[in-house]
Amino acid sequence: MRREEIKVCVMRVGGTNCDAETQRAFQDLGVQAEVLHVNELVKQGNLLDYNVLVFPGGFSFGDYVRSGVIFARSLSVKLGKEIETFVDEGRPILGICNGFQILVEYGLLPGFEGVTAYPEATLTTNVPQGFKCQWIHLKNENKGKCPFTSKIPKGKVLRMPIAHGEGRFLFPVEKEQQMLQKLIDNDMMVFSYCDENGNVADGKYPTNPNGSFHDIAGICNREGTIFGLMPHPERAMYWWQQPDWTRQKQMAQYGDGKLVFESLIDHLTKKF
Amino acid sequence: MKYRAKIEVSLKPGHSDPEGETASRLLKELGYTVEAVGVSKVYTIFLEAQTPVDAKAKAEDMCKRLLANPTKDNYTIAIEEQK
Repeated sequence: MRREEIKVCVMRVGGTNCDAETQRAFQDLGVQAEVLHVNELVKQGNLLDYNVLVFPGGFSFGDYVRSGVIFARSLSVKLGKEIETFVDEGRPILGICNGFQILVEYGLLPGFEGVTAYPEATLTTNVPQGFKCQWIHLKNENKGKCPFTSKIPKGKVLRMPIAHGEGRFLFPVEKEQQMLQKLIDNDMMVFSYCDENGNVADGKYPTNPNGSFHDIAGICNREGTIFGLMPHPERAMYWWQQPDWTRQKQMAQYGDGKLVFESLIDHLTKKF
Repeated sequence: MKYRAKIEVSLKPGHSDPEGETASRLLKELGYTVEAVGVSKVYTIFLEAQTPVDAKAKAEDMCKRLLANPTKDNYTIAIEEQK
């Protein structure tokens, strides 16, 4: 598949944000990207015309009940069949911030044994409590399964912003060690919070900004095709989005977020 | 028959409850002797069902599919017949 043939669907509902930034990031890299409201996709019945599905950040349905759950459940009713096909065919799905919460609540992540009817994990209230809007460091933990990090060397430290109040990733307490082991064994760990030198946060605030279990910032499913992360790669795409751009004499044109989009596009051009 | 299901969703024991902890801290600052504060959500659902058992089963399904996340939430259901 040629780069310009790739079609990305950025799915929107009331309360999503950063959809425009996500679309621009993809378009800048030479692929087709559209922002579509979920109702438009239901009406047109054309979700399967797209190669990639992205759930952007935000506060879908006002974060009512639990962040992401209303969108996830409504999606399973309205577009469940199409999502199933998307997953079965190995078409990539990306969830950023609220998008990650949607993927977890839907049962698409962690997806140890495929899609589950009920969520197997949660992204819950930050510890310490509060909405955190700051730049953090991430380490690529993936050994090669996840196409979204295929061009990022293992152990590389990236800089991206977070903006969330519910980003603390947890497994059920009684199964957390067992599930973590599965996550590591199946190469489903993608990003963990670390300091600027790549030292693990080990749960310590503010390096781990939300109290996430095992410093988890992003994971993929068993096949690697579904990827969710709390940080915003689309807000770390250009030099002028970096927090220190006024203090630097010279900066690279792109930020670290580009690597995520570029990795995915590279994977698609080779695989399909 | 018409029923009222009162569903209370609360955090499982041992889960940190930052909202409860914040409220607890402030209540202490206000001079109250408070050991701990737990925050939960209550949903009051009016529904039709054949029997109270049927109403409870429906409410339970609602909890599993939408209202509670089994990783962190417990829930209780109280069913009351509506006149």
